[in-house]
Order: sequence, then C-alpha cells, then structure tokens
Amino acid sequence: MLIDWFTVGAQALNFLILVWLLKRFLYKPVLDAIDAREQRVAAELADADAIRATARTERETYRQKNEAFDAQRAALLAQASAEARTQREQLLDEARAAARALADARRERLESEAKALHQAIGVRAQKEVFAIARKTLSDLADAGLEERMVAVFIARLQALTAEELKGLASALAASDGAVSVRSAFDLPPAPRAACEQAITGLLGADVKVGFDTVAELVGGIEMLAGGHKVAWSIAGYLTALETGVTELLRAKEGADATAARGGDDGRR
Amino acid sequence: MHLSPDELLFWQYGAFRLNATIVFTWGLMLVLSLGSWLVTRRLSRGLERSRWQNLLEIIVTGIEQQIGEVGLDEPRKYVGFLGSLFLFVATASLFTIVPGYEPPTGSLSTTVALALCVFVAVPLFGIESGGLRAYLSAYLQPTVIMLPFNIISELSRTLALAARLFGNMMSGTMILAILLTITPFIFPIALSALGLLTGMVQAYIFSILAAVYIAAATRTRRPPDGGTTAATGAPA
Repeated sequence: MLIDWFTVGAQALNFLILVWLLKRFLYKPVLDAIDAREQRVAAELADADAIRATARTERETYRQKNEAFDAQRAALLAQASAEARTQREQLLDEARAAARALADARRERLESEAKALHQAIGVRAQKEVFAIARKTLSDLADAGLEERMVAVFIARLQALTAEELKGLASALAASDGAVSVRSAFDLPPAPRAACEQAITGLLGADVKVGFDTVAELVGGIEMLAGGHKVAWSIAGYLTALETGVTELLRAKEGADATAARGGDDGRR
Repeated sequence: MHLSPDELLFWQYGAFRLNATIVFTWGLMLVLSLGSWLVTRRLSRGLERSRWQNLLEIIVTGIEQQIGEVGLDEPRKYVGFLGSLFLFVATASLFTIVPGYEPPTGSLSTTVALALCVFVAVPLFGIESGGLRAYLSAYLQPTVIMLPFNIISELSRTLALAARLFGNMMSGTMILAILLTITPFIFPIALSALGLLTGMVQAYIFSILAAVYIAAATRTRRPPDGGTTAATGAPA
C-alpha cells in the first residue's frame, strides 16, 4: 500500500505546523518590514513633496520680491535720472545766466570804460583843439578880424528869410524889444554902428541894441532877441566839430559792442 | 529499492511509525524555520538590507504577486498557506542534491496529506469569503443536475493533485536510482538537474492549482462579471 494513513495524518499536521512556523518567522516579519519600508519611503516622498512645495512657494515668493525689487530699482533709477537731468538743466541754465550776466557786466564795464575813455579823449582833444584854436585865433584876433566878423554877421542877418525875420520880429515884440549883441571882444565904434544899423534896418528903428563882451565866444558875434539867436562864432564851428567827433566816437563804440556781443554768442 | 520513503522505517511503536518521510519533513521544517528565523530576527526596515533579507523579500513578494495574478483579491491572506505549499514542495525537491536524502514529496502519503489540506482549505476559504450558503450554492451551478459532477470534480482534482506531485517526484527519484545502478557517471547528474527543474515546476504547479481552486471558491459569491466558473482543468 502506497498510502500510509498514519503518515498522511502526520504529514498534514507537519504541514500545518510548517505553515504556522513560516507565518511566524518568515511571512509576517518580512511583510511587516516591507510595509514599514514602504511607509517610510512614502513618508519620505511626502516629506520631499512638502519640501518641494515649500521650495516652490518660496521660489515664487522670492521671484515676486525680485521682480518688485527690480521694478522699484528701475523706478528709482528713472526718478534719479530725471532729477539729475532736471538739476543739470537747472545748473546749466544758472551757469548760462551767470555767464550771460558776467558777459553783460563785462561788456557794460568795457562799454563804460570805452565811453569814459572816449569822453576823456574827446574832452581832451576838444580842449586841446579849442586851446590851440583859441590860441591861434587870439593870436590872430585884431580889429581887422572883428570887422570881418561883423561883416560876416551882418551878411548872415541879411541872409535871413522873410519867415525867419517875421518870427524874430514877433518874438521881439513879445519881449521887451531889446536886442543883445554879444562878442568876444569889445567892438570898435565903426563895426558897432554898422551892426546896429543893420539890425534896426531889418527889425525896425525902435529896437534897442545893446552890446556885451563874452570871452567864451572865442571869436565871433551873436545876436539874442526874444529867445531867438542869430550868431556867427568860431565857438559854433568848434561845437559843430565837437558834435561830429562825438558822433564818430559813438558810432565806433556801437560797432565794438556789436562785435563783442557776437563773440559772446559764439562762445555760448 | 523502495517506491516510497514511507517504507524506510527508523523507529516504530505500535501504530506510531517514524519513517523517512516524517523525518525528512521535520528536517525540511527545521531548515526552513531556522533559516527564516536567522534572517528575520534582525530585519532592516530601512533602505539598507542584507542579501539574505533581500532573497527572502524577493521570495515572499514573488509568491504574493503570483497569488495576486491568479485572481485572489487579498494575496496576503493566502500567502501563509499557498507560500508554505510552494516552499515545502520546492525545498523538498531542491534537497535531492544531498546524497542519502529522499524527498518527502516522493511519498504518496505526503502528497495526499497536502492535497487533503488543499481539499479542506478550499471550502474553508470559500466559506470565509462568501458564507456557507454562497459556497454550497456554487455546487448547483449552472443547474442542480451538475451537483454530482461538481462533487466528483472536487474529489478528482484533489486526487489528481496528490497523484501528480507524487508521480513526478517519485519517478524522478526512481529514475535517478535506476540510472545510478546502470550508468553511475554523467547521466545521473544530468537527470538530477532535470529533476531539480521538474521539482520546481511541480512546486509551482501544485501551489498555483491550489490558488486557482481557492480563487474559484472565493469568487462564487461574486456577480457574473467576476466569473463564477471554477478552473478545474489541471496539467499533467
């Protein structure tokens, strides 16, 4: 008989015992260890996920902060640039204004200096010229000259137009009717009579003619009647000469000033 | 020359007969339990683990995976029974390389005992899973007429389970013994290697068939989509 029932029972029992033993010593510990490891791995993965999520959040936060910081920096830079530009413009304007003021002051100073110098030169020249003229004319002045001057004066009186004479007569009528004839030297009686005759001949016989001596006339003669003046004198020529010289100087100063302004503009 | 290790008696007292089958079974039990205890007494629960622990984990998870692939929903519940079947049969054939050893599975008594264990375990797992009524109603499927055939199927498959393992293991041992007397060199080694392979295949077949029977029993209460037909076909 191949089947021994005692052995069958013993083997069945043995197998059940083996099942218990293997469950006790093999399956349970091994499966528990695997479960524990899987749990640990899962926990570590969950931790890693959490850390990754945290890191992602932090990275996002830092990115936003960085962006905000960049934007703020750009804004500040732009603001600073604008302020610097404005200040630069302001400083440049101030500097230009200061330079312009300086140039103006310098030009004015130069102009005033030039004017003063020209005046000084003019006055000096005038004085020199007049001194020379006076000296010359004084040296030359004598009765003959005065006669010629009176003759010239009378000729001028007679050359007055009718309107001028009329104005002169009305002015004389409005005044006290006195006519003053002034000369640098005392007129001798002959020229004086000729002069008086010419005046009365032109303005009427009732005109009172007075004669005065005025040294400033240098050489010459003039008639004052009611605020009107008819004159011929060397001083008049000298005055005309002086006026001409002054105008010449002024023209020259104007040209200098224009040239100086042009130079300033070029430098600016 | 003996057909079964049952015939090799070590000690006898009345009906109690301590034969080679029982003794070698104890030896295997000792080796399996002691080996497991030695490895699992210091198990690592971390990522670093010993080679032996790795081996045991591979074996246990492999068994669990195979059970799951058969179609059992909670493989861990069946690992103890089915895994022990596989390990016992596999170890029994593996030790044939030890001279003087005779596999206990070469005894029809052992295979009958294992088949009876399966025979008892199948309804137990089935009743536990779906209740007694659901389990018994599976015998009336698809009609009441099929009841005797289902019962015959249940008995015959148990018998087939026992006979198949016994035949394969016994034949291997027998052929080896016969060859040793005829050609003592080379051939026994080749056939011994072939016997190892056969033993492993038989261990796999035995435990997988048991798993299939249990799966069929536990699925009887399921709705039609889960499948109610038990896989009763068995390989030679």
